[in-house]
Amino acid sequence: MTLRVDLQIISDWIPDNAHVLDLGCGNGSLLKHLQQRNVTGYGLEIDNSKFSECIAGGVNVIQADLDEGLSQFGDQSFDFVILSQTLQAVKRPDFLLREIMRVGKQGIIGFPNFGHWQCRFQLGLRGKMPVSKNLPNAWFDTPNIHLCTLKDFEKLCDQYGFSVVSRSVVNHEHKDTLGIRLLPNLFGQIAVYLIHNGNS
Amino acid sequence: MSDSLPADSVGLVTPSHLHIDTPLALDCGRMLPQFDLIYETYGTLNADKSNAVLICHALSGDHHAAGFNSLEERKPGWWDTAIGPGKAIDTNHFFVVCPNNLGGCKGSTGPNTINPETGKLYGPDFPIVTVADWVKSQAILADSLGIHKWAAVVGGSLGGMQALDWAITLPERVGHALVIAAAPKLSAQNIAFNEVARTAIKSDPEFHEGRYQEFDTVPRQGLGLARMLGHITYLSDEAMGEKFGRELRSGKIQYGYDVEFQIESYLRYQSSSFVERFDANTYLLMTKALDYFDPAKEFDDDLTQAVKAIQAKSLIISFTSDWRFSPLRSLEIVDALLSAGKSVSYAEIEATQGHDAFLMPIPRYMEIFASYMQQVAKEVNS
Repeated sequence: MTLRVDLQIISDWIPDNAHVLDLGCGNGSLLKHLQQRNVTGYGLEIDNSKFSECIAGGVNVIQADLDEGLSQFGDQSFDFVILSQTLQAVKRPDFLLREIMRVGKQGIIGFPNFGHWQCRFQLGLRGKMPVSKNLPNAWFDTPNIHLCTLKDFEKLCDQYGFSVVSRSVVNHEHKDTLGIRLLPNLFGQIAVYLIHNGNS
Repeated sequence: MSDSLPADSVGLVTPSHLHIDTPLALDCGRMLPQFDLIYETYGTLNADKSNAVLICHALSGDHHAAGFNSLEERKPGWWDTAIGPGKAIDTNHFFVVCPNNLGGCKGSTGPNTINPETGKLYGPDFPIVTVADWVKSQAILADSLGIHKWAAVVGGSLGGMQALDWAITLPERVGHALVIAAAPKLSAQNIAFNEVARTAIKSDPEFHEGRYQEFDTVPRQGLGLARMLGHITYLSDEAMGEKFGRELRSGKIQYGYDVEFQIESYLRYQSSSFVERFDANTYLLMTKALDYFDPAKEFDDDLTQAVKAIQAKSLIISFTSDWRFSPLRSLEIVDALLSAGKSVSYAEIEATQGHDAFLMPIPRYMEIFASYMQQVAKEVNS
């Protein structure tokens, strides 16, 4: 089974035997993949059909709404809390981010970069809300209600005192081009951050 | 029942009996000198006896969980929707065991069986048994069948409580615990409903302090009332509304106290048919077992500590319209398992049927149930 681009990046950051919480875990493919390396933990998922896929795959999954926070989990109870491609779809990304860093020793957050040049082009020059491979929905029916750029996200982390341990920015083919290295906020389509509490 | 049995039925089943001569020490401090358990089994036990699934029944349930006891039987066992070839608990893969609990009235030792010490019916002298006592007696049944470890222990409502208690008290003997529409203990409101039911039974003039059989009578009125009340708590307002609304039997209001609304007629039917098949002393006892269930009590009321010993993987399921044991009650169990770092999954099923939903073939419920059990089957076969 091949993992989605961002999930592969995340998987590489998680050591064997870690205890993780995967928020909005989808069909559980990341957790299933990590099981091979003795990584334990849970997925949270609200979508019925994705939830069923988790059960069918033997992945621990809790039906829960991320907008209600993570109050069922104790402080620092996971090595990693993962939120991939979901930050932009929650009601209060700031609240969830703080919850992630409360229950997790480290957080892994992946999201589509709204600062990508195609988004800027569509909005800035064509005057239309961007629609792309990573953001395929029209403005009126998109689940992505809180889009941000790399700069926006880093500013939010900074505001809460979360430091970026690692950052991976790629295009949708999982390629790290020269353009992305020079101007990630302009050429990167998917960003994945590894963050933790305090300065390091 | 028609001439042919449905293809997905376990078919005709005959109950089995187990007689145990070793005394069983009960939580209440008393001793059962000997006891009998009646149980049914479906499917085939594999060579290494690793594919056994224990079904625990709820308050008014019994050992007849699936299939038919005779071709004349109108309805199959109480959980036939979930047990059978190709069903959620697939009897092509699993050996399913369902006993009638001690204190029951369907063949296991209980108030309506003979006390060997007196030669008379136990009646109200039958000791009050607890969920933990049931687990102990079920473990003896497992031993007699050569089953050291259940692939899964499964139950809804009071049955779910037994599944949870199994996982807590005999952790090495449970592979998976499926705790459906249950709670980690009763709320004051739950106990209050039980007390009203008990008062209804005990205040029936035919009750005779529980010795009604000696007077050749049955506290019909009281037991019927208890069932009516129970039944209301098993359904949701929505389900009742959908099924009966304010429909009148005769089409118009009669300005009298006879049965007018369809719901009244339904409740009366439920109560009178229940009285025919259930024993009042058993009803009293089962409600007490419910009231007393509280596995966290021994752990300073800390459920997380109580579930620490669990080795089983768990699936907890609740139903949105269940107000007897609401999803929040299931979440108490889930939260404790999460805090203790146990392997657990939790599903909340959209359902209008209230507490009774756990007995219904609701598609999403059955899909999750079946998928989970398929994983269990895979583990058994690996």
